[in-house]
Amino acid sequence: MGKPIKIRARVKGDIAEVKALMPHDMESGRRRDVETDEIVPAHYITDVVAEHNGEVVLTAYWGTAVSKNPYLAFSFKGAVAGDTIKIRWLDNFGDNSEGEAVFK
Amino acid sequence: MKIDRRFFVQGALAFSTVLAFPRLLFAARPDTAFDATDADAVYKELFGEVPVDSDRVKMKLPDIAENGAVVPVTVSADLDNVESISIVVENNPTPLAAEFKLSPRSEAVVSVRIKMGESSPVRAIVKADGKYYSTGKEVKVTIGGCGG
Repeated sequence: MGKPIKIRARVKGDIAEVKALMPHDMESGRRRDVETDEIVPAHYITDVVAEHNGEVVLTAYWGTAVSKNPYLAFSFKGAVAGDTIKIRWLDNFGDNSEGEAVFK
Repeated sequence: MKIDRRFFVQGALAFSTVLAFPRLLFAARPDTAFDATDADAVYKELFGEVPVDSDRVKMKLPDIAENGAVVPVTVSADLDNVESISIVVENNPTPLAAEFKLSPRSEAVVSVRIKMGESSPVRAIVKADGKYYSTGKEVKVTIGGCGG
């Protein structure tokens, strides 16, 4: 299990805004280890799914070019304060993590 | 815990009321496009052609990126029924950086941070109502971020 996703979620008018930080090394597979001089294998998040009250509102597919500790922001309609947003990721090693937040 | 990607995505779908949106049932990561090593191959794989510029797509990102390892990008579109948003860094070793599949309730805006190995044109492509709309911008990178 990866480190938990940190999420901030707030409703402004009829728009629900979500900002997420996902601690992950996001190794591109092109970096050399400083000590061993060996290529560090690619290790990166490939799939992200965001669900509001159990319904998928965003899916993201990522490559190696998403920065370390990815930041993701998105918005959607139909959420009210007190609702839950849940985000999960999967990486190319088959590891996964998730996070949850309640809309303010 | 190890889980298969297909299971992961389908699991998410099964727990949702996604049956109302059958398109999502068939969504899967476009691995071939992510593995492609030149931008034209990405465009051909995902869109069948190089997308045409449209002023209905806006992309916010710096003109000069001092640190190529962290380049903030926001893509938005003045379009209805946006289905997907893709971000391509044309000079990166694998140019397709990210693809976002939106839902019928989504606002047409996403933000993410990307790595750029060197100065490059960056292109955002938005699919709405089955058509592709695009915008591009040249970003100058002072320190490359491929190693990061």
